Amino acid sequence: MALDEPLVFERGSAGRVGWDVPAAPPDPVPPLPVELRREDDLAGLPEVGELEVLRHFLRLSQWNYSAATTFYPLGSCTMKYNPIVNEEAARLPGFAALHPLVPDAMAQGALELLAALEAALAAVSGLDAVSLQPAAGAHGELLGLLLVRAYHVDRGNARRRVLIPASAHGTNPASAALCGYSVTEVPIDGRGLISARAVEAAMDDSVAALMVTNPNTLGLFEEEIVAIADVVHARGGLVYMDGANMNALMGVAKPGDMGVDVMHFNLHKTFSTPHGGGGPGAGPVAVRRTLAEYLPVPRLVRHGEAWAWSEDAPKAVGRLRSFYGNFGILVRAYAYIARLGGDGLAEATRLAVLNANYLRARLRDTYHLPYDTPSLHECVFTDRNLQDCDVHTLDIAKRLLDYGFYAPTIYFPLVVKGALMIEPTETESKETLDEFAAAMLRIAEEARTDPAHVRGAPHDTRIARLDETRAARRPILRWRPV
Amino acid sequence: MSGYCPHTPADVAAMLAAVGARSIDDLFAPIPAPLRARATIDLPSGTTEPELRARLEALAARNTATDAAVFLGAGAYPHQIPAVVDHVLRRSEFATAYTPYQPEVSQGTLQTIFEFQTFTAILLGLEVANASMYDGASAAAEAVLMARRVLPGRRTVWLSRALHPQYRATIATYLQGLPDALVREIPFGPDGRTDVAALRGGAGDDALCVVVGYPNVFGVVDALADAAAAAHDVGALAISVTTEPLALALVRSPGAAGADIAVAEGQSFGLPPSYGGPGVGLFATHERYVRAMPGRVVGETVDARGRRGFVLTLATREQHIRRERATSNICTNQGLCTLGVAAYLSLLGRRGLARLADTNYRAAHAVAQRLAAVGAPPVFDAPFFNEFVVQAPAAAAQWAALAGEGLVPGYPLGRWYRELDGALLVCVTESHTPAQVERLVTTLANLARPVRAARA
Repeated sequence: MALDEPLVFERGSAGRVGWDVPAAPPDPVPPLPVELRREDDLAGLPEVGELEVLRHFLRLSQWNYSAATTFYPLGSCTMKYNPIVNEEAARLPGFAALHPLVPDAMAQGALELLAALEAALAAVSGLDAVSLQPAAGAHGELLGLLLVRAYHVDRGNARRRVLIPASAHGTNPASAALCGYSVTEVPIDGRGLISARAVEAAMDDSVAALMVTNPNTLGLFEEEIVAIADVVHARGGLVYMDGANMNALMGVAKPGDMGVDVMHFNLHKTFSTPHGGGGPGAGPVAVRRTLAEYLPVPRLVRHGEAWAWSEDAPKAVGRLRSFYGNFGILVRAYAYIARLGGDGLAEATRLAVLNANYLRARLRDTYHLPYDTPSLHECVFTDRNLQDCDVHTLDIAKRLLDYGFYAPTIYFPLVVKGALMIEPTETESKETLDEFAAAMLRIAEEARTDPAHVRGAPHDTRIARLDETRAARRPILRWRPV
Repeated sequence: MSGYCPHTPADVAAMLAAVGARSIDDLFAPIPAPLRARATIDLPSGTTEPELRARLEALAARNTATDAAVFLGAGAYPHQIPAVVDHVLRRSEFATAYTPYQPEVSQGTLQTIFEFQTFTAILLGLEVANASMYDGASAAAEAVLMARRVLPGRRTVWLSRALHPQYRATIATYLQGLPDALVREIPFGPDGRTDVAALRGGAGDDALCVVVGYPNVFGVVDALADAAAAAHDVGALAISVTTEPLALALVRSPGAAGADIAVAEGQSFGLPPSYGGPGVGLFATHERYVRAMPGRVVGETVDARGRRGFVLTLATREQHIRRERATSNICTNQGLCTLGVAAYLSLLGRRGLARLADTNYRAAHAVAQRLAAVGAPPVFDAPFFNEFVVQAPAAAAQWAALAGEGLVPGYPLGRWYRELDGALLVCVTESHTPAQVERLVTTLANLARPVRAARA
């Protein structure tokens, strides 16, 4: 059943209100001067009832695939189970109703939780200090590179370039540009890895940092990372690690031990907070001691028995946003870490890597694996074996929707033509992986027997393929009254 | 051990056999042994779910502010939240989806964002809006960077000193990558509004943009129209920044007042304060600037069978295509928060939102009048919405002690503005009870009494 549902603006009836608003106190007060008043009487806003609103959004919710309702093997996004108990935690009135500007003495529970989360992320990363302020991974990248910049400026020269491997995350170059750096790409070798030699060839005194995703977007561990970090450090540069793929490393290898100076986490990936259809997430940044003095304000500090916020940090890069970070998300991540403990986090990584390798083994005889190098938490296939049937990555992705699965990340990383990037995570059972593998094999079979059917997919979803060209050519970005 | 991983020993054995590995450890062979040897995470063991709940409840209980009478705004606002909003936010179908890369099975998220964009554009009084930014402060910073893309030759950013200091600090941080950019501060006048005459005296043809709080950090309905006119007279863009968007249901919209880019923090619309986050940044501008706009955007289109549907669009502005020439590095939005905002604004709707804004305006003015009568006079006389500044030196000095007794009478502005030492920024909304208001008035009256006696 797929009920239709108009825009909320197309529903309702003039004069209807969905929620009763408390009345104003009776005291006479001076009215707002007429010239400052709203000009349009809010024309266009809906006038709908409470049940209408509930029904509207519940119907819309049914049009989504989600990690809770179906396997969602979106590579690099770590769509693991988002524990329900964490949702309750973030909604405890002592957290949700807490105003950010209350005196620190009234927020000791919140501050203790944040301090414990900082310590936990330091323990996982092997680094020394953590800022929880960034609201997302890309926000963490921005902070990390601002720290790099501050470090170099403090030594007399901001430097000009950032080295970024071809296998890095898509936001990395934009983050470098936002911090005023130009980007030099480091090529990957035939095994899908960067080498110390390739980094050395690109390295000189104008390089502020190497920004490396490890494991990279092919799911491969950068085996020469320690030597690579030495090369960068020898010329005064810093090593930034994009930690989006930390689900492959918990309890297995610490970035601090690899020579990484600064990294960001994605709590909505590795630490189970919900992706929310795009956010809110959280992108904390961890640094080596040498960079700690540049971390943004305010900082969490200990005064005797109590925690407090401090603005006293003359070398801080400033602040990235209002208040302290996405606290509600930080509560969920804390709950996840406390529930699993250090051993549980390590077990999550081990099973995530097992699941990814299992899918790789199940699919590799049918789908083309562009890099045979052993992979960790995700694996990247291509559509090469189906090209003679004129069936392509996009078609495979759309056909998977008919089988009740979300699609892998497609056409990324860019270094692989027609990439299908699959990340199952540790919370999926063997049966689910078997069902997914069976669907993938079936699609390969269909590509031979009925390629037009695959190219026309999806067939069983409420909406068929959408005209994206039309959307971009004549953008309609909002509803307007007819 | 949690139940989050479903693997039985038999599953693991069967999977290892399929992979051709003897143990899970073998799968980590690409990682150098010295790294693996040091990787144990030094954290306590895990807990059961009931133990976890008990620990979290104990931490939450140590945040004593939730039992107190708290008159704080200053960027985060206490408002009543309809039960339907949180019910919708809890739906896993929304909460556990990701960026809608596959639109055929993400229409719930996409249509919601399209509705959110419409709400944002209407309230901010501009033609187009994006799918949201991280929060109001980062939205303000992105607005300044966008102004630079529209006017690449210009370098001076004029920031009103009456703009929230955390927003000013965030803008300064984002400008570090533009070393030639220059930040100039516009003072505020004795009435609490931005001193537009000072702006006119200083701004020249290198002015990039003028950024004004609306209402500003003092709760004052600032002189946005005058400031925008001054900006336009020197060819600069006018940017309005709203921390309390409920005000926009009552006051002239930023677009109508002349803003070229309008941003706001959306937390007031159905999201709890949550110790400062997550909120959601609202961002709107003129249609002619849409390709310079940062962030995700959802657009309407049709499917292969001609039915209306929604997709992410205008991706040629974004990182995965433009790499380092993208309009921003933001690659997501505050998806779930846009859902909360859309549900909240749907429930209140055209009539409810206007009524709620009126209630806030009246409630705050009633309290301001009472405080003035008991010795805590207003510091500024320009019109305000639901926040205002009073002179209350004793209360400001004893702020922490009063809080210990369960009353936070406002924010002591001397912490942000040395010249406002002794002033309190007081926020009153529909969420404050008559008993809480009595307590505020009585306490400030008692604290003001010795001062008045001394004056007499």
